[in-house]
Amino acid sequence: MSTKLIEAIGLARHYRLGTRVLRALDGVDLAIGRAETLGLVGESGSGKSTLGRTLVGLQPPSRGSVRFDGMDTKGATGAVLRQLRRRRQLVFQDPSGALNPRMTIGATLTEHLRVQGWERAAVRARVPQVLAAAGLSAAHAPRYPHELSGGQRQRAVIARAISTDPDFLVADEPVSALDVSTRAQIINLLRSLQRDRGLGMLFISHDLSVVAHMCSRVAVMYLGRIVELAPREALFAAPLHPYTVALLSAVPLPDPVRERSRNRIILRGEPPDPADPPPGCRFHPRCRLASAICTRVDPPLRWFGPHHAAACHHAGEQAAASAAGGPVRINAGRPAEEGGAGQMR
Amino acid sequence: MTALLEVRDLRVAFGAAAAVDGVSFTVAPGETLGLVGESGCGKSTTALALMRLLHGAVTGGSAHFDGRDLLALDRPAMRGVRGAEIAMIFQDPGTALHPLIRVGEQVTEAIRAHQAVSAAVARARALDLFRQVGIATPELRLRAYPHQLSGGMCQRVMIAAAIACSPRLLLADEPTTALDVTVQAQILELLQTISRATGMAVILITHDLGVVAGMADRVAVMYAGRIVEMAPTAALFAAPAHPYTRGLLGAVPRLDQGWDDELPIIPGSVATAIAASGCRFAPRCPRADRSCRATPPLAPVAEGHLAACWHSG
Repeated sequence: MSTKLIEAIGLARHYRLGTRVLRALDGVDLAIGRAETLGLVGESGSGKSTLGRTLVGLQPPSRGSVRFDGMDTKGATGAVLRQLRRRRQLVFQDPSGALNPRMTIGATLTEHLRVQGWERAAVRARVPQVLAAAGLSAAHAPRYPHELSGGQRQRAVIARAISTDPDFLVADEPVSALDVSTRAQIINLLRSLQRDRGLGMLFISHDLSVVAHMCSRVAVMYLGRIVELAPREALFAAPLHPYTVALLSAVPLPDPVRERSRNRIILRGEPPDPADPPPGCRFHPRCRLASAICTRVDPPLRWFGPHHAAACHHAGEQAAASAAGGPVRINAGRPAEEGGAGQMR
Repeated sequence: MTALLEVRDLRVAFGAAAAVDGVSFTVAPGETLGLVGESGCGKSTTALALMRLLHGAVTGGSAHFDGRDLLALDRPAMRGVRGAEIAMIFQDPGTALHPLIRVGEQVTEAIRAHQAVSAAVARARALDLFRQVGIATPELRLRAYPHQLSGGMCQRVMIAAAIACSPRLLLADEPTTALDVTVQAQILELLQTISRATGMAVILITHDLGVVAGMADRVAVMYAGRIVEMAPTAALFAAPAHPYTRGLLGAVPRLDQGWDDELPIIPGSVATAIAASGCRFAPRCPRADRSCRATPPLAPVAEGHLAACWHSG
């Protein structure tokens, strides 16, 4: 049995916009281990959600393939396809939009399980179990989404996703629409599910602070590509890609003393149009390290250590700069663990 | 220093529901006041009430701006203030701009609504404003429609229109919430630069404690329609006095620490637990006891630091 739970190989997804082609995913290689949570960060339009949706099979790739548990998912039909769906689930950003407003929470869960072929009696027993696992109770089953708070709705969406006992979960901005106090509750819930059920997870977020609390490894996307991939300790303490450095320095810290003494890197310019990416390195128009080569040659993702990869011609120089007082000083509370459980290249 | 804006006992009700329930604060000239709290706490409603955009939902209180009570001005007088002396920017710049009008025209409209200048002068001024807010190739952008611009660019247009008449107060309602983090950094820097250069005061409404930590001189924390704590920014973060503020600060995942710790939570949610009388936070508060059945006043706990809690003294 492979230790890789899910693997993207040269994954691409293109959308036609009239005469133009938007390359939302443009050659992504990535593997997530069993019980591993990989964080995926990047700005809007970078292709994070497209990657998540392609990994769970909501849409087919334009090129490349998705291997799940050692098996190519392309062309799966019948019982195999149903198993693939059961084992790969999705949690969405906006829990109000993800639940049918005219169905009770119980009916939503029942439908989800029945589609997966569960018997009625088994479903009746299962619904209260998954509600409890998501921090709700059987009393929530007869309620409609509008009768629940935002946090409870997100718990219901999570209950639905885990009801089929998946091995892999894509959580697409699961806490972005929630208030601070509710967000903490949902993060704690997802962490306990991750721990207790051995779920492999792709955790998509634009919020690096949340990712730091959820994920052992982090991938940074920019315009359809992964530009940096590293264990979180390495990524946050010694980022190699200038985009990651800028992203980290832009995160506001809830601490006036540190917030005002930081050396913030403000990126020039706007994120480019994904349908018309710049030539060479896609980040070069906004990059402060850009040189002549960056305008011509698209840098491939290179390995700078056993677990740390970056796609940048100047990645080495950036490392030196961050060693001399990087963007964020980290007091993570625990020593960095290299090569932790389920971690892989 | 005399306050630029002095709000006293502001009350807003939508039907029987009190959205803002006796809010008082001041803003000094050039000061940035952060107004923080979770959805539904009344922070946006407070700003809309000050702009008189709530059509009669204001049920009490006063808001003296430079000697005049905004809440008592007649409509023509208020029109003279709104957009000229007090401007406002919103969370979603995409919907705050008119989708069918070129953005340059929307800025010149803001200028000509308050200043008797020719179209050509207004246009030249709009061009100048576009440069000021950091819009590249401003001549081209003036002719763009909102959908042709990115979110960050639309927010720059909104800011250009807002500062067109050199207001003395800007109400910024979640101005960067819809933006990416690198663009957020650009917009916050821009607001700070403008405010420092022109002495414009800002009420910065946000749910993001990181944003107020970097931007605000003072912070007011709202909960269920009331201000529960108000303090200079450094003091609020160093020594939060209200249990809600402490809970909020604790519940924020931080990039720089505590990655593997369980996040402390505030049990329940605002929607499901508001006390009918007394301290509104009591049902979720770890320190609540019998005394919390009476409403705690916003009282000083230190120099310039106020908290509405019986247990914060």
